[in-house]
Amino acid sequence: MKTNTAVSTSVALSRSKRDHKFLRSILFLLPSWILLLIFFVGPVILTFYFSFTNLSLTGTAAQGIEFVGFQNFKVMFHDPNFRISIIKTILFLLFSAIIGQQVLGFILAVLMKEKNKTFRRIIGIIVIAGWVTPEIVVAFCWVAFLSDNGTLNTLLQSVGLKSVSWLFTFPMVSVIIANIWHGTAFSMLVYQAALDDVPKSIEEAARIDGASRLQSLIRIVLPIIKGSIVTNMVLVTLQTLGVFTLIYTMTGGGPGTATQTLPIFMYNQAFVNYQLGYGTAISLILLIIGIIASLLYIRSMKATI
Amino acid sequence: MGIGRLKKLAAASLVAGCMLISTACSDGSSGTSDGNDKVISITFRSSGGTNTGLTDWLKQDIIPQFKKKHPDAEVKLTPIQASEGNYFAKVALMLKSKNTAPDIVTEDTFMINSDASAGYLEPLDNKVKGWSDWDKFNEKIKQGVIAQNGKVYGVPYNTDSRGLWYNKDLFKKAGLPIPWEPKNWEDILQAAKTIKEKFPKDVVPLWMNSGKATGEATSMQTFEMLLYGTKDPLYDKKSKKWIVKSDGLLDTFKFIDKVYEQKLGPSLSKVLNGQGGQIAYQQLMPKGKLAIGLDGIWQTGTWRKGGPAPWPEAFNVVGFAPMPTQHGEAPGKTTMSGGWAWSIPKKSDNKKLAWEFIEFASSKENNLKQLLKERSLTPREDVAKDPEYKKIPMFKEATELLKYAHFRPAVDKYPSVSTQIQSLVEGVVTGKLSPEQAAKQYQKNVTRIVGKDNVTTR
Repeated sequence: MKTNTAVSTSVALSRSKRDHKFLRSILFLLPSWILLLIFFVGPVILTFYFSFTNLSLTGTAAQGIEFVGFQNFKVMFHDPNFRISIIKTILFLLFSAIIGQQVLGFILAVLMKEKNKTFRRIIGIIVIAGWVTPEIVVAFCWVAFLSDNGTLNTLLQSVGLKSVSWLFTFPMVSVIIANIWHGTAFSMLVYQAALDDVPKSIEEAARIDGASRLQSLIRIVLPIIKGSIVTNMVLVTLQTLGVFTLIYTMTGGGPGTATQTLPIFMYNQAFVNYQLGYGTAISLILLIIGIIASLLYIRSMKATI
Repeated sequence: MGIGRLKKLAAASLVAGCMLISTACSDGSSGTSDGNDKVISITFRSSGGTNTGLTDWLKQDIIPQFKKKHPDAEVKLTPIQASEGNYFAKVALMLKSKNTAPDIVTEDTFMINSDASAGYLEPLDNKVKGWSDWDKFNEKIKQGVIAQNGKVYGVPYNTDSRGLWYNKDLFKKAGLPIPWEPKNWEDILQAAKTIKEKFPKDVVPLWMNSGKATGEATSMQTFEMLLYGTKDPLYDKKSKKWIVKSDGLLDTFKFIDKVYEQKLGPSLSKVLNGQGGQIAYQQLMPKGKLAIGLDGIWQTGTWRKGGPAPWPEAFNVVGFAPMPTQHGEAPGKTTMSGGWAWSIPKKSDNKKLAWEFIEFASSKENNLKQLLKERSLTPREDVAKDPEYKKIPMFKEATELLKYAHFRPAVDKYPSVSTQIQSLVEGVVTGKLSPEQAAKQYQKNVTRIVGKDNVTTR
């Protein structure tokens, strides 16, 4: 009997100790949770609410806000500009993030894998320089490079070619290239780390079994680093979906609607056309697209296991 | 929950929390009004070469003099660096919050109705009632600062008219008549074509603001200057309905399309630029690289002594022709008239001193001094008669045009309709929309904005 009570007290003690620890950690977390609630969850809920209203930046609707149900979404799905923006967003995403940054980043990582340290370092620094440069600076650099009197046209003229106003003739290509330049380093770093984790012995075994380098890359290495590919794909997609500064600075979404991706469309509706309610509704759609894209990647990668 | 995971969560929360605190704190101190009743702040647009006249006048003339009268007062300038398209959104955001609302804001009169309806502006009826100078202001221009509820929300400090600036040297060389008096739209296109043939390479025949970045300038100086030369205005005052489908709308889009299709306009990289106005009138026009420009009288301020691009010979070289109606229908000429006004935000915390400043700045001699620098037309009838004012080059022509002036619809939805016009015009000049498609989209978008019951077709 005596021993029994001793055991139960010790259990109770350790439990109370654990409870105490748990409470204490909650206490420590509380301030940041409150802040997150106010500054992160709060705005999200507000956005959700505003997207069902006619809130506007100026005019009568700025004062008397009205609940309009699904009106904003109805208008959006009938707005030809919305369809254009979806197409532009997909193009931008596909070419700059999925094809450009991912593939280029992967190729760079593979090519650098077995090279000597100095080479890796120099190339690494050059690529990463584009990544650490703030977005607004990247945009100005590219404007300076591609504008009518920019570096590229000066070079073209010096060899006797005609100058081209790149940002107006090839606006989408221009922003895609700029975004690839800016973002490739991230993918490269992720893949470098992933490739370093691939055990050398497996590759060697495959080589001995007669696999070519390409075969071993596709059949052996890719499946091993699948996890990194999914993570990187999700991160890069979400990042690219939200690109605003780069495009807005380089082309302002124009000329016309040529580079009007969803974030630019959202900004234009909210802050140029003064329709905040409509703008927030678009941002909600952007969020949903992000969620769907992430789920799709994760699903598709699971299927191929 | 494992302790390890808890630790990670704690670390992440802590970092996020710190970031939020730091951003939350950094915002608090940036307000422009600080509750001191001796300080007033004035917000206006200043970007690149725009509004140098206004800025110079504020800094050199009016603020030093105001300080002499009120030795302990302080006037702070809080200019907004933005393209015309972005200025009004930034103003609206500033006026929304007590922390950022200035004590005086310069408003383009087309925004007054909208910002007043939003509750951003203070009605000034009581103030102008006791102010003897208010009777000196032109009645027509006063209409521009009265909102739909019949209250006064601003004191106008300038007005304007628009027309065709043309380079006489280039016209002479191309064999075109001087003074140039186009009788209809076709005459403008013909003159531009002649210039194009004569100087195929480096002269821009015809410059019209055509993009979203130039904001209201695209709506008013281009689209409405054309549209109000047809029989169909934007808004039917009698029935109080927006005209969303008319021959005038379609013809206006067609004219704009023709200019760019026949390569009579500037390159898109120049004209779809927020700095387009500066490129045209500070760089191209003085260099003889621009033949015709559709713009406002204030461009003379660009070339004045001490202006952003001083050009002493400007008034021998440059002519100002009235804009003709579409087919030369009576009265043969047309222009749009707008203007800017001083307003007091509802959330200003120093309305008394703000009003004293506005009263002081709007006096006869101070308004004249301002317009000598700014080179816009005066809203005061006594200034208009002043010999010094009458001597300003081109002002005689510009003032005469006021007879034919149209005003923008004084309805609170106008700003949203205006931004639709801007993006459709940009769509047409970039070739993304045909004039027919643009007219169709105009009908659809404007109907959405103003509501089905407020539109009509012709």
